[in-house]
Amino acid sequence: MAELVVDLVGADRTIWTGSAVSVSAPAADGGIGILPGHSPLMAILREGRVTIVPVGGRAVRFDVLGGFISVDSDRVTIVADESPIANARGAGSPRSGSQ
Amino acid sequence: MAGQQRVFRERIRATESLKKIFRAMELIAASRIGKARDHVRASVPSAQALTRAVSAVATHADIDHPLTSERTDTNRVAVVVVTSDRGMAGAYSANAIREAEHLVANCMEAGKEVRLYAVGRRAISYYSFRDRILDGHWSGDSDRPSVELAHEIADTLLRAFLAKPEDGGVGELHIVFTQFETMVTQTPRVIRMLPLEVVEGVEEPRGDEAMPLYDFEPSPEAVLDALLPRYVRNRIFACLLQAAASELAARQSAMHTATKNAEDLVRSFTRRANAARQAEITQEISEIVSGSDALAAKT
Repeated sequence: MAELVVDLVGADRTIWTGSAVSVSAPAADGGIGILPGHSPLMAILREGRVTIVPVGGRAVRFDVLGGFISVDSDRVTIVADESPIANARGAGSPRSGSQ
Repeated sequence: MAGQQRVFRERIRATESLKKIFRAMELIAASRIGKARDHVRASVPSAQALTRAVSAVATHADIDHPLTSERTDTNRVAVVVVTSDRGMAGAYSANAIREAEHLVANCMEAGKEVRLYAVGRRAISYYSFRDRILDGHWSGDSDRPSVELAHEIADTLLRAFLAKPEDGGVGELHIVFTQFETMVTQTPRVIRMLPLEVVEGVEEPRGDEAMPLYDFEPSPEAVLDALLPRYVRNRIFACLLQAAASELAARQSAMHTATKNAEDLVRSFTRRANAARQAEITQEISEIVSGSDALAAKT
């Protein structure tokens, strides 16, 4: 099965990178889910939670304040605005949890 | 004579302690520079993603956005000067300021009105000492700029750029910063930030494939609206990071030279102190000899 290559980046660091089965993100007018083979897309994100399901792993969740997502031939790039408070507390790292 | 010796000894002591300070500052700069370069590297992925996205939207739609169009209704130009907060970095801040002054002179010649913005205490004190008006200034953490600082600067400048002419809107935005090239070369550079010229970016998007036809959510205009300010913020943040790395590199090499100079000074003072001591001994001996000669002549 095809996989998605996902880059989740903040302004000053790469938050998560790797291959994934699916990605869901809070787009400006409703949540979107992305599976391999998705058509090219560019969307604005609003505040919410990005969920990435890595290949053979447990879902990774990450809260964003905004940003945008671009999908292009199974390559997903998410530029996220992180909350400065979460950064300061060191809680900005992705959390793992069962889907 | 004894006085002279003491003077030299005092100066040696003073220079020695200065040397220790220079050496410590050199080491501090050296330890921070690795981190600063890591920050520069870490900001590359998001910069690439943004550049790619902006050029994707640009090729897709006719861009007619306030941030990309030239303004003809005002002849004001905003100039942002990025310098360090502290000195002890050789000519780092002076070079950036000189570059900015060139730019300002050029703009004035072209009949434009210049609005100054300063980042870093060195630039602030330079301009306030000369009674030049600063439209905005930021200081603190010039060697470790935060994303928030970059956002604040970018938002202020974007506001100025989008403001009406009568509210002090500016037609162009230039930023003067120091590009980090190598540990020994840092070059002051001027870039025109606004109006944005959407070029294919620093990094060519992989040339083997054409830009795909994207679907835009909610609409191309809305995406562009959200992307461009983000792009500007990102560019400004990149400039600040470059400047921080340059500052630390400049400080390290300046402090290295200062340490060397202090060593040279100590060496030459030691020689002169020794010479003074020798002169004193010689004089004492000749005094004793001439005294005993005089006594011997009497008897």
